[in-house]
Amino acid sequence: MPFAHWNADRAAAIVAAQANREGALLPVLHALDHAFGHVPDAAVPIIAQALNLSRAEVHGVISFYHDFKTTPPPPHVLKLCRAEACQARGGEAMAARTLARLADRADIAIEAVYCLGLCASGPAAMFDGRLAARLDDDRLTAIVEAAG
Amino acid sequence: MVARVYVPGDAAAVAVGADEVAAALAAVAARLSTPIEIIRNGSRGMFWLETLVEVETPQGRIGYGPIEAPEVPDLVAAGLFDGAPHAKRVGRPDEIPFLARQTRLTFARCGVIDPGSLDDYRGHGGLKGLERARDLGMIGILDEVTASGLRGRGGAGFPTGIKWRTVAEAVADRKFVVCNADEGDSGTFADRMIMEGDPFVLIEGMIIAGLAVEASYGYVYIRSEYPHAIAALERAIVTAREAGLLGAAFDLEVRAGAGAYVCGEETALLDSLEGKRGVVRVKPPLPAHKGLFGKPTVVNNVLSLAAIPFILAEGAAAYRTFGMGRSRGTMPIQLAGNIRRGGLYETAFGVTLGELVEDIGGGTWSGRPVRAVQVGGPLGAYFPPSLFDTPFDYEAFAARDGLIGHGGVVVFDDSVDMARQARFAMQFCAVESCGKCTPCRLGAVRGTEVIDKIITGQDVAANLSLVEDLCHTMKLGSLCALGGFTPYPVMSAITHFPEDFGARRTMAAE
Ligand SMILES: Cc1cc2nc3c(=O)[nH]c(=O)nc-3n(C[C@H](O)[C@H](O)[C@H](O)COP(=O)(O)O)c2cc1C
Ligand code: SF4
Ligand code: FES
Repeated sequence: MPFAHWNADRAAAIVAAQANREGALLPVLHALDHAFGHVPDAAVPIIAQALNLSRAEVHGVISFYHDFKTTPPPPHVLKLCRAEACQARGGEAMAARTLARLADRADIAIEAVYCLGLCASGPAAMFDGRLAARLDDDRLTAIVEAAG
Repeated sequence: MVARVYVPGDAAAVAVGADEVAAALAAVAARLSTPIEIIRNGSRGMFWLETLVEVETPQGRIGYGPIEAPEVPDLVAAGLFDGAPHAKRVGRPDEIPFLARQTRLTFARCGVIDPGSLDDYRGHGGLKGLERARDLGMIGILDEVTASGLRGRGGAGFPTGIKWRTVAEAVADRKFVVCNADEGDSGTFADRMIMEGDPFVLIEGMIIAGLAVEASYGYVYIRSEYPHAIAALERAIVTAREAGLLGAAFDLEVRAGAGAYVCGEETALLDSLEGKRGVVRVKPPLPAHKGLFGKPTVVNNVLSLAAIPFILAEGAAAYRTFGMGRSRGTMPIQLAGNIRRGGLYETAFGVTLGELVEDIGGGTWSGRPVRAVQVGGPLGAYFPPSLFDTPFDYEAFAARDGLIGHGGVVVFDDSVDMARQARFAMQFCAVESCGKCTPCRLGAVRGTEVIDKIITGQDVAANLSLVEDLCHTMKLGSLCALGGFTPYPVMSAITHFPEDFGARRTMAAE
């Protein structure tokens, strides 16, 4: 997922485009995350000023939600579903093997996600924004390898 | 003649290669110079058959599944476009017992129509409910919804008609309709399916809600884990606006969540919509009186709102003839986890858990014996097969210390370790707690540690009673069901599967 490098002017424009919506903060954060792949601390004063909030309020919201990261992601993100329906189909063991197998891949962040709504076709995952289900070690490896 | 082929665009089909199947079909047809039209329908909800390709024939739609892209050339050569015989041919999808036995009221069109086409929606009975709602007017709609017996499908089972009446009676300059599409429960996907497969039914339901309570604006709060649903609903909203269904009198927008389970709780959801941390509010005031931005607000689950068009179109009596006791109408049940035939099963309340798991679901996917079934998401109880006679009904599940929640049924085979499941429930609560109440925030962390001790065989009896005490405290001292109901999975695991909490775990733990 090619994200833009952090750029304060571009960030300010993105914030301004959303600022007039009611309850604009989440749409603003999503838009920044979409553009830069993260919401760095440098964004906080820009958002606070545009939305007339305190920096502490903005920071509190960013840290509350699992989706918003403050540092740039590595080139690839693998989200493995660790919730019950996927556990019931061997998801935990697969996750443990995957974590071990990809341990030295600094280019992949492996995260837990709690349900992707694919619970009749587990184990499920999302790799670089794309869904995958009915996974086993081979399929998962193939998906990761295909991305290089 | 142009062959019309259906390839689901549902996320669960896409996740097993539906996009590749659609691309392969287009490529093969182009090579053969056979004109085809590919429609990306929703899923029929028979996930073991995905990708389920359907082709329109004089005998009706014929299905083939599960299909993967590399098989497509062979399939076409065998005569797919004419509905010819093939090892993967499953016949008419609506004659497959899993579908034929259902009562699809809310999901009648899901998997059948083109979800992007308002004409297709109208052609299959869509917008009839709205038409009648306009004739009935505010009081008439409220009476109809109340008489239908519809109860909220998000989990709490609160009567929808009463909620709407409260908002209708509130006096304010602005009112809102908020659709809760946070669907965080593991084992559930019905909200996702309907938003992807028949988004106009939700829009129609929300417009009717707006008429009933005199709201001028609506929000659909969809979890960010559902990008396909977000895209499908946003597209449908644009189409509905172009057709004049949405606009000055009542308009809608989608808002994405940000990965917090607790934002499914209605007041945390409202705070999140307002741009705040998703922290649960103390009630009263009820959202019906002081909801979004302090204004009277209807908050309903996707399935509650999607049931409304049928109720208005066919009448309350037609809806309430289905069901049992105080659970009226149908429930879109979701069969998930280690189950042979997993998917969406909409049926009248009253079907037993055993029928669902064994007859309809076909037992486990692994072929091993069923050992436990968690009903109602991460806050729902684990049931052993000895309780399979429990009918799907709000009160019957409550009587057995469980809940039906949003209708998720997650099956586990005999390899499950129930102490680990109890630990997971506590840990999930600890991770997702909004932090407002001590018993939830700290109790769940402590609970996880104590169950760890039980798993490693330390002071098992004493630690078990400690867990029980913690559960008791969480139940009584929590503001919402995250802290308050986490004791259900934990205590049901201990009660029904005591053998997994004994000293023998010393051996099993690595
Ligand atoms: C922790 C927690 C999570 C919840 N998650 C959802 C959810 O994802 N979707 C939903 O509709 N209701 C959820 N609820 C229930 C809502 O608070 C509320 O009861 C529901 O949205 C009301 O709509 P209904 O009456 O149509 O069911 C949750 C409740 C709690 C306590
Ligand atoms: S029970 Fe937990 S999630 Fe619910 S309000 Fe209290 S702290 Fe928040
Ligand atoms: S539990 Fe894994 S997708 Fe739902």
